Amino acid sequence: MSGHLLSIVLFTPLAGMLLLLLIPSSKAALLKLWANVVAVAGFLVSIPLVCRFNQSLGGFQYVEKADWIPSLGVKYYIGMDGISLLLVMLTTVLGVVAVLCSWSAVEHRLKEYYAMLLLLQTGMIGVFISLDFFLFYVFWELVLVPMYFLIGVWGGPRKLYAAIKFFLYTLAGSVLMLLGILTLYFQHFQQFGYYTFDISELMKLNLPMGLQQWVFWAFFIGFAIKVPMFPFHTWLPDAHVEAPTAGSVILAGVLLKMGTYGFLRFSLPLLPKASVDQTIVQILAVLSIIGIIYGALVSLMQKDWKKLVAYSSVSHLGFCTLGIFALNPNGITGSVIQQVNHGISTGMLFLVVGVVYERRHTREIKEYGGLAHVMPVYSVIFAIAMLSSAGLPLLNGFVGEFTILQGAFEANRIWAAFAVSGVVLGAAYLLWLYQRTMLGQITNLKNLSLKDVNLREMAVFAPLLIWALWIGVYPKPYFDVLEKPVAEIVQRVRPDYYRVRAPMVTAGLGEANAR
Amino acid sequence: MQLLWLIPILPLAGFAVNGLFGRKMPKSMITLVAVGSVLLSFAWAVKTLLALQPLNQPYVERYFTWFSSGSLNVGFDLMVDRLTAVMLLVVTGVGSLIHIYSIGYMHAEDGYYRFFAFLNLFMFFMLTLVMGANFLVLFVGWEGVGLCSYLLIGYYFVRDYAADAGKKAFIVNRIGDFGFSLAMFLIFAMFGSLDFGRVFAAAASKPVESAGGALTLICFLLLLGATGKSAQIPLYVWLPDAMAGPTPVSALIHAATMVTAGVYMTARSAALFLKAPMAMDAVAIIGIVTAFMAATIGLTQFDIKKVFAYSTVSQLGYMFVGVGVGAFDAGIFHVMTHAFFKALLFLGAGAVIHGLHDEQDMRNMGGLRKHMPIACWTLFIASLAIAGVPGFSGYFSKDEILIAAHGRSPMLYWLGVITAGMTAFYVFRAWFMTFLGRYRGQAHPHESPLVMTVPLMVLAALSAGGGFIPVPHILAAVLPAAHAGHHDPSLAIIAAAAGLIGIGLAYLFYVVKPGLPGAVANGLGGLYRLVCNKYYVDEIYDHTVVQPIKSGSETLLWKVTDVGLVDGIVNGLGRLSASVGGGLRTMQSGNIRSYAAWVVFGSLLVLVFIGMAGGAR
Repeated sequence: MSGHLLSIVLFTPLAGMLLLLLIPSSKAALLKLWANVVAVAGFLVSIPLVCRFNQSLGGFQYVEKADWIPSLGVKYYIGMDGISLLLVMLTTVLGVVAVLCSWSAVEHRLKEYYAMLLLLQTGMIGVFISLDFFLFYVFWELVLVPMYFLIGVWGGPRKLYAAIKFFLYTLAGSVLMLLGILTLYFQHFQQFGYYTFDISELMKLNLPMGLQQWVFWAFFIGFAIKVPMFPFHTWLPDAHVEAPTAGSVILAGVLLKMGTYGFLRFSLPLLPKASVDQTIVQILAVLSIIGIIYGALVSLMQKDWKKLVAYSSVSHLGFCTLGIFALNPNGITGSVIQQVNHGISTGMLFLVVGVVYERRHTREIKEYGGLAHVMPVYSVIFAIAMLSSAGLPLLNGFVGEFTILQGAFEANRIWAAFAVSGVVLGAAYLLWLYQRTMLGQITNLKNLSLKDVNLREMAVFAPLLIWALWIGVYPKPYFDVLEKPVAEIVQRVRPDYYRVRAPMVTAGLGEANAR
Repeated sequence: MQLLWLIPILPLAGFAVNGLFGRKMPKSMITLVAVGSVLLSFAWAVKTLLALQPLNQPYVERYFTWFSSGSLNVGFDLMVDRLTAVMLLVVTGVGSLIHIYSIGYMHAEDGYYRFFAFLNLFMFFMLTLVMGANFLVLFVGWEGVGLCSYLLIGYYFVRDYAADAGKKAFIVNRIGDFGFSLAMFLIFAMFGSLDFGRVFAAAASKPVESAGGALTLICFLLLLGATGKSAQIPLYVWLPDAMAGPTPVSALIHAATMVTAGVYMTARSAALFLKAPMAMDAVAIIGIVTAFMAATIGLTQFDIKKVFAYSTVSQLGYMFVGVGVGAFDAGIFHVMTHAFFKALLFLGAGAVIHGLHDEQDMRNMGGLRKHMPIACWTLFIASLAIAGVPGFSGYFSKDEILIAAHGRSPMLYWLGVITAGMTAFYVFRAWFMTFLGRYRGQAHPHESPLVMTVPLMVLAALSAGGGFIPVPHILAAVLPAAHAGHHDPSLAIIAAAAGLIGIGLAYLFYVVKPGLPGAVANGLGGLYRLVCNKYYVDEIYDHTVVQPIKSGSETLLWKVTDVGLVDGIVNGLGRLSASVGGGLRTMQSGNIRSYAAWVVFGSLLVLVFIGMAGGAR
């Protein structure tokens, strides 16, 4: 069994989904219960991944490798390093949250709804553990389908527009990415005489700079749309606004990270020369910074609560991509931590909207105001979510942001200066949102009778609140688990980084020992 | 181990208990937890300091690693040295008194538990701020006190202006933090550490940057942070609005402790500032201009809390002058004496407001001497102290600052003296308007209960005698001595005289000839309106910064760029593909057609892109 730990984690949601299909549609309570059981089981089976993970090892762990389509050189090849580990754990935790938060929010086509959510889980986990590019692509595309239906069937008034926009946008990106993958695939055949999608083999390719740049941009379109980076972000506000709460939580919490993960797992290691090309790095960093500031400014003026949170994601993900293209350990480590953080904080912010949406069926900010009077517990949860998102020290957001900014500062001081201004704006749009919805008098009489969060809703928030505090106060385990994989990426793209800095690194170690 | 962490953790525990369970707890329990935790913290601080005597070297305790990424390695480290010791005693001592006072002041409030939970949380962060042994732990406290300030200013969140004021405070402080963050990155880049011990030791060996350089830049960025937290030009605008919070909050956070954090941070970083004389001068200039300008505004306000708020801005300016001219010890000395008399002024004002059922306009006061003698006479002592009357605490610390300022530039000194005169005038104007003459209001004034008046009396004793605590002497071991200004006794006499003249003028204006202020205000016309409206700085900021950002974001970024341009292209592509798909209808059917068209266009896009990239190469 233990040899297939990762496969078990991967397929538990899928197996649960197949069993779910056997339950008659009329048994709503049973469907809900079973979906929750599967989601929790999905989380429980992922816990051993953390316990048995050896952070002092480089490379991949829990590796499973088998031929899948031998004629094409396609393998079932999965494994994880620290980066995958954190993102998989984020996925399994948010999976529980997403399923539980749907309990009373979704009322029709329950069976199909939960089937989609569970299928989505397997797809996302697959993306984060695939070490075969073809397998990765299969999972990558697989994710699109359930999300399309979640938005299109259980979404808001403009759900079809949003779903199709989401689908086409990301599909367009994937097609270009596929071209890039195939280029590598055929190049490998030319150079080594056999076909493979195995990324450890593809890393041995010796590609000329020109070709690397091409493939880089092909990947870029795919990943940048997913992240989404400015100016490929306009699918996101629509998708979020129309998606059901669980859809938004998964979309923001996990799906967007597929893009940043793609950069880390594929763009950087497979195309090291292109990834350090000054022009490319400059463009990516500038787009990230535009995303940070632009996303925050546009967020500021939104009148739709969910759209505001959606645009804030553009800003936060800008930090993540900026960290990646700082191309140093701090930047990349911070980026991964911030990806987890964004899943936690933005997940909470979407859940916060979901709670009142379920009660009032509107997302217009001006419909609310003064909710703190009738929903005191809710207002505290919202406040913590807001502060975690705004990067207050001792909560999670600060740890990621500060590490990213430190990395960005090492790479280019001007980048950091611009990016820090995003932190100022972050406080502005969140506090203003909080004021407009929670503080002041209750002006809309419909809000007078709103009920505070119930026990189930508290249970939805609890794991995320605890997680936010944990990362904020004691992030060392996260730093530890990321040390090796991040060093490998940096080593790969900047082979002389550690050589030049060797004295400094030892000095740093000395400091650590002195402590 | 001295268990330093107990000092901040005790109030944190109080916050946790009251925050989680306070809603269901009886008031007496809430009080016990909140006040008890702070008193214990005070006691533990005293016990620790006694055990660590004579504390000639900083005492550091390291707990656990916080950041460990690459070369970035920062731990949760706390320290105590003599500078921290002074701050610790002020924060926990004055903090305890204000907690006790709040029992009476807040007794009728619904949010009693919420108030005390936040107040305890504030204590935790403030103590973290002054005990942090590296810049990042200091920053935890720095941001945390800002948060508590936000929460407590917005305590009456039903009132829109209170919610506005809280938000304004937080955002303006974040602008300052922009500078603080960048300063930390620069410090780390330069010294490879954020630890105070390492950084300051390394800085000591650097040359003085008389023409500017990396250290100068660091200090300017730190200064930006300090102007936010300590309400100096250009970021002082949040503090007057912060008076929307309950009065004990104004006393504790917006007078005695948090707002002095910028002064503390500057003094803590003395080793850096001393190498950056340009930045030092900037600190002093910002300080004196702020002190002067805020004092002029203070002359014209009628809300008793607004008078004291501008007074706080002005007094913080003095402290900046002190640290800016190198008299770090004098700056901290003034932090302490100011904590005593300004906390007293606010708490006394609170007693008045409380006794008049929330009346804050001094035009509706008067004659309260008979109704609330304790508030009256304790406030009198505080007024003497802030006016710099010889023998009272403010006299000593202000004197130290002004003499050191004279050593740097006589101009600083003279502006400081004029400011001292104005200070004496406005504070006695407030006292006369409140306590002398006839009562002009409608309420039934009454003295406050003992739980409120005892803290007033303790603070009055400290305001009177606090000047005899030899703070500069205590700090001589850790802070570099001030430029040894020649102790010309006439400088001290002139400063004291300015205060007495101010008091005399206030007596003339508000007791002898009550018609005079109106006549002078009319005579000055435009100038008076300019000052009375706070130089329209809020309006200028609103028109030049806030509104452009809002309208630019809404119109240019969101509606034009996002919805118009980017989405226009996307939807245009969609429509185009739909019409192409329509053309292909004869060949294909089903939904696949639009996807196919999309693929075609995607591929076209690639080709174009490839062509362009190839061309560029």
